[in-house]
Amino acid sequence: MSPLVTLALRFMVLSLVAIGGVTSVLPEVHRVAVDVHHWVSDAEFTQLFVIARAAPGPNMLLVSLIGWQVAGLPGALVATAAMCLPSCTLSYFVAHTWERFRGAAWRRAVEAGLAPITVGLVLATGWLVARGAPGGWVAYGIAAVTTALVLFTRVNPLWIFVGAGVLGLLGLV
Amino acid sequence: MSSVPAGGTPRVTLGELYRGFLYAGARGFGGAMPWARRMLVEERRWLTVQEFTDVFSLCNFLPGPNIVNVSVVIGARFAGPRGAVVAFSGLLTVPLLVVLTLAALYSRIGTMPGVDALLRGVGAAAGGLVLATGVKMAEGLPRTARAAGFLLAAFVAIGLLRWPLVPVLFTLAPLSVLAAWFRRT
Repeated sequence: MSPLVTLALRFMVLSLVAIGGVTSVLPEVHRVAVDVHHWVSDAEFTQLFVIARAAPGPNMLLVSLIGWQVAGLPGALVATAAMCLPSCTLSYFVAHTWERFRGAAWRRAVEAGLAPITVGLVLATGWLVARGAPGGWVAYGIAAVTTALVLFTRVNPLWIFVGAGVLGLLGLV
Repeated sequence: MSSVPAGGTPRVTLGELYRGFLYAGARGFGGAMPWARRMLVEERRWLTVQEFTDVFSLCNFLPGPNIVNVSVVIGARFAGPRGAVVAFSGLLTVPLLVVLTLAALYSRIGTMPGVDALLRGVGAAAGGLVLATGVKMAEGLPRTARAAGFLLAAFVAIGLLRWPLVPVLFTLAPLSVLAAWFRRT
């Protein structure tokens, strides 16, 4: 089988089980890419993970990079499409159906029930990212100052990122 | 900029959708979600605080990259299937270009000097931004013991106890929805 077809099939399946996004299927992505198909070595996987985090955008770019390693630009595009299209198509039709029940009592109950859990998850994600940042107390300080600035001032968070990046480059974090 | 008719959905053109999500994706260091929310709720006001939380909740329970799903759902809401494709493309254009450029440079240079140091700083700030986004989303929730209880339960289970996401989600969600159903007024 052509590597592009294998890439597409593997990531299309992962797309449909990745509840919580690519992060939740990361171990499976690792198993498929490193152990099963030997698309990348263990060390390369870690390097690609770092590159994906260095770019802006959704955390799924790791998948694009694995595709890139397998088959260059076509590989990157196929992997990205395979990771997105099945779940996007599902979302499209679920949201379409969901719209038809706007105002229904059961839909309001579902939304009222899910909202606090979603917010709890967002807070947990922020907490884990901030706690997991290498750099100890300086990193925690940057996270805390960022939270406060975003909540209590109108400063664009992009400037905070620039400042935090400079602190990192200076070796202070 | 879009206009919001009383009680209706704002009019958003395909071009505005593309630029909005392009901008959200391009700034999305450490994840695009806070930037997509900022763009949709605070800058362009295409969605209310509550509408964003509802769309994001739905996408959280669907598989695939959450914020990519959000782009498809929002694009479709404002401009049908074409809107979905346009918002999706906008979100991914810059990140894909950047990541592939980095990958190309990386294979030529061999290492990425400074990237690790840079990420230490930006990564910490990204965590703080997500936390602040969570607090803003919490401000839109009803002030009830039910909402507070389920918010805390989700935070403790995932953030502090580090239990796996899927079982936590599928245990808490039905309980929370049932509680909302019986408490409805």
